[in-house]
Amino acid sequence: MGETGQISRRNLLVTGGALLAFGPTRADAAASDAEITRILAGRTAKVTGLTLDVPSIAENGLVVPVNLSVASPMTATDYVRAIHLIAPENPIPLVASFRFTPASGRAATSMRMRLAQTQTIVAIAELSNNDVLIAQAEVKVTIGGCGG
Amino acid sequence: MISRRDFLAAGAALASVGGVRRAAAAQAITQAQLLEFAPLGQVTLLHITDLHAQLLPMNFREPSVNIGVGEAGGRPPHLTDAAFRKFFAIADRSPEAFALTSDDFVALAREYGRMGGLDRIATLVAAIRAERGADRVALLDGGDTWQGSWTALQTKGGDMAACMALLKPDAMVGHFEFTYGQDRLQELAKAQAFPFLASNILDEWKEPVFPDRRMMVRGGVKIAVIGQAFPFTPIANPRWLMPDWNFGIQEELLRANVAAARAEGASVVVLLSHNGYDVDRKLAGRVAGIDVILSAHTHDAMPRPELIGTTLLVASGCYGKFLTRIDLDVQGGKIAGWRHRLIPVFADAITPDPTMAAEIARHRAPYLADLGRVLGRTQGVLYRRGNLAGTFDDLICDAMLAERDAEIALSPGFRWGASLLPGQDITAEDVYAATAITYPACYRTSMTGAQLHDVLEDVADNLFNPDPYYQQGGEMARLGGVGYRLDPNAAMGRRITDMVLLRTGAPLDPTRSYRVAGWASINQTVEGPPIWDVVSAHLRANPEIRPTDRSNVKLVGA
Repeated sequence: MGETGQISRRNLLVTGGALLAFGPTRADAAASDAEITRILAGRTAKVTGLTLDVPSIAENGLVVPVNLSVASPMTATDYVRAIHLIAPENPIPLVASFRFTPASGRAATSMRMRLAQTQTIVAIAELSNNDVLIAQAEVKVTIGGCGG
Repeated sequence: MISRRDFLAAGAALASVGGVRRAAAAQAITQAQLLEFAPLGQVTLLHITDLHAQLLPMNFREPSVNIGVGEAGGRPPHLTDAAFRKFFAIADRSPEAFALTSDDFVALAREYGRMGGLDRIATLVAAIRAERGADRVALLDGGDTWQGSWTALQTKGGDMAACMALLKPDAMVGHFEFTYGQDRLQELAKAQAFPFLASNILDEWKEPVFPDRRMMVRGGVKIAVIGQAFPFTPIANPRWLMPDWNFGIQEELLRANVAAARAEGASVVVLLSHNGYDVDRKLAGRVAGIDVILSAHTHDAMPRPELIGTTLLVASGCYGKFLTRIDLDVQGGKIAGWRHRLIPVFADAITPDPTMAAEIARHRAPYLADLGRVLGRTQGVLYRRGNLAGTFDDLICDAMLAERDAEIALSPGFRWGASLLPGQDITAEDVYAATAITYPACYRTSMTGAQLHDVLEDVADNLFNPDPYYQQGGEMARLGGVGYRLDPNAAMGRRITDMVLLRTGAPLDPTRSYRVAGWASINQTVEGPPIWDVVSAHLRANPEIRPTDRSNVKLVGA
């Protein structure tokens, strides 16, 4: 996310809803909302600093590569405590929670996730000073073909 | 920089031959005119792309429908015919009108003759190298070069690689090349005297599979050419043919490669791209430090480059119809000036290069008898290119409906495929030129109306998503037996309405199962005869083809 600014949980959900309004019915909207609410714990997330690197279109919805990182010094007084990954349209929306300590050295991780359908992925980072960072990216899961 | 006035002057010089008969056109458009170019600076870039294995001159009708969505709406290359000519100040009925627009295609094709031919391109390239000095020239191949003909399919790209080797390209990138399978692609790539580049392909260990860039010195200037494969190859084409490689746009990798190229002292950074025009335009605004993007994939031919910030965006068409020349004046490690020409390759005006002509003949010889078989005749123009439909695809769909006893036919929206003129024989070679892929099985299946709607919505979003980074597809899939309304600007799921089974006029029933035939499935386990056999059988039974504008797709809101 290149822009700096703030996004509330409500704005986030509204944006997500607009993108997803015409897709199939959300698997369990309440479940992903609950996860985000739980992680934010009343805090307002900043839309900066957290890199969520996913393909715009999944080559294979079963194994979608995800790179997550925060540029953090990872010192005893300034580090990333956790990065959470949420796929709102998956049956179990909370895909992963990664915990970090200053000893982690870098606040970066990579994984592959399964996506049931096209959706806007949400990543949330919790910092040692209680700040919260958020990033979103749409990943299209298509039947493909016809290329060319 | 070339001014608008220069451009108009060049256009006018060519336009003066308008109205001549084809017999005279060879003299009216001369090789010297096509090569006319006031050299500039130290470096010349030559770009050829999306040849699709067309070794010989042919006809290729440009699209009459090319819809831009979002920011791409109403601007080139998403302009056609009169709007395109107006934007670029091209005279009606001029050679450039024939080369770049579709209305009056048949009359102008008879007047100006065929375009392309690798032996003609070889002549132009040799002449430019001789004029400039070969050490100032870089020839760059934008890919989709090794696929698209019967001989290329039979030799798994071997004939194309051998012929292109004579042109001595300095680098290439790929798309349909990967559909020969990753092992064959590696074998061919490694056999070339130049690098096959791909900054955006990683293996399962996230290691690059191909070199990402080539550093070269031309005219004393250090140039970096970074390669970008078609980012959505394993989605648009069968994944099982390249199972171990991950593609994608990979902006971060590209930024790193641009930075590395600058750190190595490159004064000029060129992106040899197979992204497609709209993706390249977006990318140019997001990845800093690229001087020139040589764009490909979407087959757009732009008579003038577009300037995005300080990045020149160049599109060189397809099928060997055009060779782009860009001269760069580099001062103090930066581009101080440039001059560009999209050179139309009018086959009748150019003396074929004898060495290339002999090489082409050598590769075609074993297949000539098969290629020349006359299967039928067309009374109207057969073409494919266009967002919604093409008469050659109508023929393919009719063949599937008849030969596979189907109610509905599905044919892929490929952008390649030659055009035939009214009265022309349809040869086996013509059918192959529209169908020669490595996954040609014509399958038969049943689908519900709802499934068909979902498929069409998916295809439409891959073409009309307002964000180019979400456009992975070709043109709209072609449908036989079904009509529908299309609103490209509607949201995903709402673009396709009023689907009708044309035979009965009844709306498509979402719950009913229909017998569907199709080809070019990306699934590995597909059974059925190759599509060229299906089309050949249909032509044997119906040798006289009468193409018409069926208007089975009603366009709304665009």
